[in-house]
Amino acid sequence: MSTSTSGPDGGGSPAVVRTRALTKRFRTQTAVDGIDLEVPTGAVYGFLGPNGSGKTTTIRMLLGLVAPSSGEIDLLGEPMPGGASRTLRRVGALVEGPAFHPYLSGRANLSRLDAADPHSDARTAPARIDAALDRVGLMPAATKRFRAYSLGMRQRLAIANALLVPRDLLVLDEPTNGLDPQGTREVRNLVGELAAEGTTVLVSSHLLSEVDQMCSHVGVMFEGRLLRQGRLDELHASTVQTVRVDTDRVEDAASVLRTLGLTDVRPGAGHVTALLGEVAVEKIVPELVDAYVPVLGFSVLRPSLEDVFVSLTGEGFDVSG
Amino acid sequence: MSAAEADVVVAGRQQRPEQAHRTRTALPGRFLRSELTIVFGRRRNLVLLGVLAAIPVLLAIALKVSSGPDDGRGGGPGFFEAITSNGLFVAFAALAAELPLFLPLAVAAASGDAIAGEANLGTLRYLLTIPAGRTRLLLTKYVAVVVFGLVATALVALAGVVAGLALFGGGDVILLSGTTTSLVDGVGRLALSVLYLSACFAALAAIGMFVSTLTEQPIAAIVATIGVNVLMFILDAIPQIAWLHPWLLVDWWSAFGDLLRDPIGTDAIGRGLLTALAYAVVFLTLAWARFSNKDITS
Repeated sequence: MSTSTSGPDGGGSPAVVRTRALTKRFRTQTAVDGIDLEVPTGAVYGFLGPNGSGKTTTIRMLLGLVAPSSGEIDLLGEPMPGGASRTLRRVGALVEGPAFHPYLSGRANLSRLDAADPHSDARTAPARIDAALDRVGLMPAATKRFRAYSLGMRQRLAIANALLVPRDLLVLDEPTNGLDPQGTREVRNLVGELAAEGTTVLVSSHLLSEVDQMCSHVGVMFEGRLLRQGRLDELHASTVQTVRVDTDRVEDAASVLRTLGLTDVRPGAGHVTALLGEVAVEKIVPELVDAYVPVLGFSVLRPSLEDVFVSLTGEGFDVSG
Repeated sequence: MSAAEADVVVAGRQQRPEQAHRTRTALPGRFLRSELTIVFGRRRNLVLLGVLAAIPVLLAIALKVSSGPDDGRGGGPGFFEAITSNGLFVAFAALAAELPLFLPLAVAAASGDAIAGEANLGTLRYLLTIPAGRTRLLLTKYVAVVVFGLVATALVALAGVVAGLALFGGGDVILLSGTTTSLVDGVGRLALSVLYLSACFAALAAIGMFVSTLTEQPIAAIVATIGVNVLMFILDAIPQIAWLHPWLLVDWWSAFGDLLRDPIGTDAIGRGLLTALAYAVVFLTLAWARFSNKDITS
């Protein structure tokens, strides 16, 4: 099945998350405005949008923390929030930053959350807690009080909580917030490993490059609306590509590109860029050579996710209030 | 407790599987233990317990130092006169002295913090996505707070007994009705007083739980709960509105003095327990209605 504008590839596999016209109004403001989210099984779904675009409210509705004003939610085949007691145990969540008891150690905090789970097995708890701490690299700090943790360690503890029992879906809201580049890379690797084990991951972020690097699917939120969702590669492909020619005869190169039908031709110092449009890439270099333009370098630039975002919203990324 | 729990679960299983599941959800042993660890591990609560236990000791010392028969002042159903004759009465006098403020303060501190404290830390959203279940969370926290109130009251009584017997000695107890009974019987009546007052405080805890579901600021919830308690005491002291008094929770608290009569006066105690039950049911229902539909945005 090929993508339509509204849905990612179904491929026959049922979606882990599916919402219909999901809406949340707070007093005067519409935080989430009729979105049809669809997270396919096995996907790493990047939920993108500037701060304040409705990502967290959507995630809170998916997890049954906030009741929708209207619309429907299917989570792992059960309606939410009605099915919360059955489905949420299969969902590991990190919601809007880590939050734990400051005077308890990391291990004691996890032990407490595990005790709150009516179906968890007390006998296996110590082993499961240690495994989760180990997985996020927190074992050396397991007995330290939470208040002594750095922001990065807190973030890891919240991820460890999401890994206490095997999950079918992980919902990670801004998981790399406050992490250094090393920590960010580790989270990315962890998400990759979990996805490889078959866990579906819904990861929200306002960092476009991060989503670009770890996601298979992406949904773009802006001012409460889901502007676009689909496979990441298809989203990239749908955006017009840019070519760049390095040459010392900039003006001649530019006129050749214009003749070929490329648009937005921009001569620069020692290079020309232009939007490829419908022109076949392989025709460009021979034309340049025929026109005796020395080609010192030629590249087709993959549009960044930011370019995609700007093309969708007509605005930069960090403007939504 | 755990044996009874096991019995209920077994009985439930014999009936129907989903019955057993529901029973287990209603009796969350491990979760409750974990909650009790949190409540009794909190420094604020430990300090409060320390203060509660120190008051009977101070009371006993003050009476011992001033010695001589006292002048008949002091709150409660007249325990202070009896103290010098039997140390056991230090416990009753301490309960009476801590009844208007200190014991309610401890109950308010634990109950007001119950939901609002977790909301304030942000841990509420993690508990609910576990999912701990909203009703289950509310009831578990309520039981933990009631246990805290029971422990606080028992601690006051215990500290009173230890300090009183050490400074004034024990022996037979002369009850308020004039009859004499054994020390063991007196201790038994003290235990009944602790249970009765704990039941009264369980009703106050229900008010605290309800207030706690209204805010994300635990201190605000604690202050409001104490405010309600003080307001009831003030209303109870205004004779012009005597018609209102029987409906006030606190009006029945000092009835525990009836446990020191022979035979035990059960009228006021019974009304007190009924009033406490009514308050507990009403405010727990309100708390549940509020909490089960609340948007958790903290």
